[in-house]
Amino acid sequence: MITAEDLTVRFGAGAALRGVSLRLAPGQRVGVVGESGCGKSMLGLALMGMLPDAAQMAGRITVDGADLSAAPEATWRALRARRMAMIFQEPTAALNPLQRVGEAVAEPLRLHLGLSRDAARDRVLALFEETGIQEPEAKLRQYPHELSGGQRQRVLIALALACDPGLLIADEPTTALDAHVGLRITDLLVRLTRTRQMALVFISHDLAAVARTVDRLVVMYGGEIVEEGPVDQVLSDPQHPYTKGLIGARPPFEPGHLRRRLPVIPGTVPGLVDLPKGCRFAGRCAQEMPQCAGTRAPKVQTGPERSAACHLLTEAAQ
Amino acid sequence: MSALLDVRGVSRVYPRPRRVLWRAEPPLVAVDDISLRLERGQTLGIVGESGSGKSTLARMIMGFEAPDVGEVRFEGQNLHDLTPGALRALRPAFQMIFQDPYGSLDPRRPVGWSVGQPLRAMGRAHSTRAVHEALERVGLSPAAATRYPHEFSGGQRQRIAIARAIATRPCLLVADEAVSALDVSVRAQIMNLLMELQEEFALAMVFITHDLSVVSSLCDDLLVLRHGKTIEQNAAQRILAAPQSDYTATLLAAAQITPQSHAATAKGQSP
Repeated sequence: MITAEDLTVRFGAGAALRGVSLRLAPGQRVGVVGESGCGKSMLGLALMGMLPDAAQMAGRITVDGADLSAAPEATWRALRARRMAMIFQEPTAALNPLQRVGEAVAEPLRLHLGLSRDAARDRVLALFEETGIQEPEAKLRQYPHELSGGQRQRVLIALALACDPGLLIADEPTTALDAHVGLRITDLLVRLTRTRQMALVFISHDLAAVARTVDRLVVMYGGEIVEEGPVDQVLSDPQHPYTKGLIGARPPFEPGHLRRRLPVIPGTVPGLVDLPKGCRFAGRCAQEMPQCAGTRAPKVQTGPERSAACHLLTEAAQ
Repeated sequence: MSALLDVRGVSRVYPRPRRVLWRAEPPLVAVDDISLRLERGQTLGIVGESGSGKSTLARMIMGFEAPDVGEVRFEGQNLHDLTPGALRALRPAFQMIFQDPYGSLDPRRPVGWSVGQPLRAMGRAHSTRAVHEALERVGLSPAAATRYPHEFSGGQRQRIAIARAIATRPCLLVADEAVSALDVSVRAQIMNLLMELQEEFALAMVFITHDLSVVSSLCDDLLVLRHGKTIEQNAAQRILAAPQSDYTATLLAAAQITPQSHAATAKGQSP
């Protein structure tokens, strides 16, 4: 079980994350969506203990009950070796071009688990099979450039799974892939969380990829969680104006919408230092009220598993 | 009546290097016998994944490379029969925008220089006013002309690329994955801008994408490509309502946000 409680990450005067809380039970799949610059990747890095040196963090991160907020780098390193792993958008950039992919995946096995060369090779083969890499035996000796994008992403997933982590953070894992390949990768991630009882944090700006992968959805804006809940409920009945805007900006599939203008969220995500003091969506929100710019909207429980932070909901509750 | 763009049976084959000395590799057929027509003010969506030949087709439409077989007719003239000078004279009439505006704008030149480039190419030296007009038309301030590409966000950079493409008042715009790299909200803004420009200039558009979720609002017709061959070609709404191939059906499922779409694709059934 991994939790983040009231996590705040500051860079100088600007807060990249503000009061973010998240609970990850084994086997749970959580999607994090929002525009670029909303803090999605920063949350992923914070959970991995990989924040840049300039960042000041407040709040608690616990792994299996142990508080890691002030843990030294060595503790984090041991955790990253065994308990958590991360994959990224660009598999090419994450693999050493001069290393055979079989060796890349064997490295953590030999280093962290102390396996012999032969034992490591057998484990790599098993991992390649588990992640659906074709002709796994031949692939062991190939270099990253010899593989397709989808196969490379599978190698990275195999690498991430090598030491049997309890948590996998996938940051835009399908964004650089074709639609068919992306479908198979999200299928694979779902299957792995089931067979391994592994928690998954799926960070993406692609709502379609997130919708088919996760069971819980977290919507971030300006470094805050503005809405969260079961994925089907949030997508079919969004409560925060930002979530509504994100979903509404997608072109509808039904016929009859040719050349009809799409609803847009005006403006762009403000930079860290320009963020409004109160609700961070103030200034772009279509339903803005006088109190929005000055005061932060409290989180309102809107269902058994759902919450959203918006003054509209606070008013409705009173 | 001749269409604005009439592509007739084009094919393009690339030789592949030998992997073994004594045997030639079979050539790669990037585009295989594709025909399409596009009228003024209409949009044709070309849908396919990497390697489907959609970018090769775009390059042939733009006259960047010639087909091995077939012809590309623009306003009745075969582009690839024209002399280089005649092609250059025609070029202001068809322009292109790309997925990565950062890669298509010179980082060391102010934005105004890049936007003015096609105007200079057609011999209009004093084009500052035209540059400012183009920037204003895409929703940027004329002051943007003196700033550099890195000072802009991804959406703004795509606006700059569009400003450059419309500066010469073209009648055909080829957009290669022009909205694929953008966030949903910015994507909607850019798509709305393209719709406005299309109505204003009766602009014909070839809209190349791998993401079927954007075609319903933009495209009159669709051409679905795979391995250089036409899989489906029909009115966009008909393909979206009832895709005729599993390939298209999967692309559709991948673009929908109903959580059930996952189950549908796992079974490999068309929805």
